[in-house]
Amino acid sequence: MRIAVASGKGGTGKTTVAVALTLASQEPVVYADCDVEEPNGSIFLRPEVDRVEKVLVEVPKIDESKCNACGDCARFCQFNALVSFNTPPLVFPDLCHSCGGCELVCPTGAISWRKVPIGEISLGTSDGGRISVIQGKLDVGGSLAPPVIRQVKTYLTDDVFTVVDSPPGTSCPVIESLGEADYVLLVTEATPFGLHDLKLAVETVRELGTPFSVVINRFDEGDSGVEDYCASEKIHIMVKIPHRREMAEAYSRGGNLFDAIPELLDIFRSIPERIEKGVGV
Amino acid sequence: MKEIVIISGKGGTGKTSITGCFAALAENAVLADCDVDAADLHMLLAPQVIETTDFISGHQAVIREDDCTACGVCMEKCKFNAIKLTEEGKCRVEPYSCEGCKVCVQVCPVNAIDFPESLCGEWYFSHTRFGPMVHAKLGIGQENSGKLVSTVRREAAARAKELDKDLVIVDGPPGIGCPVIASITGASLLVVVTEPTISGKHDMKRVLELAKHFSIPALVIVNKWDINPEMTREIEKDTVAGGAHPAGRIPYDRSFTVAQINGRTLVEEKTGPAVENITTIWEKVWQTIK
Repeated sequence: MRIAVASGKGGTGKTTVAVALTLASQEPVVYADCDVEEPNGSIFLRPEVDRVEKVLVEVPKIDESKCNACGDCARFCQFNALVSFNTPPLVFPDLCHSCGGCELVCPTGAISWRKVPIGEISLGTSDGGRISVIQGKLDVGGSLAPPVIRQVKTYLTDDVFTVVDSPPGTSCPVIESLGEADYVLLVTEATPFGLHDLKLAVETVRELGTPFSVVINRFDEGDSGVEDYCASEKIHIMVKIPHRREMAEAYSRGGNLFDAIPELLDIFRSIPERIEKGVGV
Repeated sequence: MKEIVIISGKGGTGKTSITGCFAALAENAVLADCDVDAADLHMLLAPQVIETTDFISGHQAVIREDDCTACGVCMEKCKFNAIKLTEEGKCRVEPYSCEGCKVCVQVCPVNAIDFPESLCGEWYFSHTRFGPMVHAKLGIGQENSGKLVSTVRREAAARAKELDKDLVIVDGPPGIGCPVIASITGASLLVVVTEPTISGKHDMKRVLELAKHFSIPALVIVNKWDINPEMTREIEKDTVAGGAHPAGRIPYDRSFTVAQINGRTLVEEKTGPAVENITTIWEKVWQTIK
């Protein structure tokens, strides 16, 4: 089973919940960090990294001896990654989506491909090998998160319990990380911002048609808006996590949820089973 | 005209609450919400929308199933795995996977693929009690958030010029990817809001690298500093090492949540210990770019 942990708003406790779900599991588990712009799961899981692989994307390489400066490639490119002023094109690798279109329309076969790094994947284990940690990380200055997320997903299989830590928001990187998940846990906090962004996240997950439920973090700190909304939309609330200053302090040092609130362990342990029984579907 | 962009790397550090306070404290500014993916600033500023404009950007492939011969060439050439075979044996584009590259349109031997422009969201020009505001909403799962961010910034700058304002205050998105890069390039000053946690520290360092990469000066605020004073000191050291300057500390203060529930900025609420710190920090920010 693959559970994706997501949230509309950042900083609601998404990584805290994803890590807690991973630690609570008594079977082998894979933790996949798809929040590749700011991957933080490893801070709490402290894996021993066995291997680091570059994420490479292909960008066009122009053979100027073959190029007739027709500019067809630049006119075709939908992402403005090639620019030509009756000259061989200039390539802007940061804008390239590696679609292959320029090569397709080039009449003289002047376009081939070179690989450029945009991020890295680190593969490691934690807790004596029980937890596999796969982390994607976008290079600073790199702009396209989806290819890094796609590469993280190539390491995932269906036969082992997997927790996917998704990026915040509702745009393309989120859709990429939620794809193929069997279930989504949406983490929010009991504040007006939390509620507003939860509604966006619910809209997203409903569009994708994936079953989901909600985790309310710091449920006793704000107002009842999130709970009222879930009740009126008939959305199941999987867990409510109380606000404790000890939790904030433990988190600040890289401690996990159960260090601060041990009584939540049994509740988190039961989540996969409750999902299998169809809670919140 | 100057432009201040407030970013955080990590989400949930208080970026929008602090931006709201800056909006209240600034005297002659245009406000811009560039967190187009999950915009929240409007909940504090209650903008009255004056103009709404569709955000049309890029295209999306749509296969006319009646004309499709299911030859599969498009599926083979699509690098995004966005074309699937339906139960009726036709090719169909999955809108969320399509990146709008036009390769399928080009290769289809029977010209069965349309390529309409896509409506990715909308943006607004509004009035707030603190001055004009430009903000936007990106459609669910849409590409081109970077372009929408650029549109919001461009419009905010144009309105500032038109209305004789000397400052644009931008609430930026979390992270370091495409929308963040679109939010900060060419800005006068970045204000980074972080928190004293390992994650906050880690993400702030990445944001400062980005600031350096684009040669933009940066100030760093440590919010909720008293959650971990030692980490706060470490972050302030890293701030200097990363080529930025500490702007000040803000204590953990539940008044932020109360203000949010009341739909107001903390500066207007005038309660709790954080107000004074924010006012001092704003003075520092303003002196830095004035």
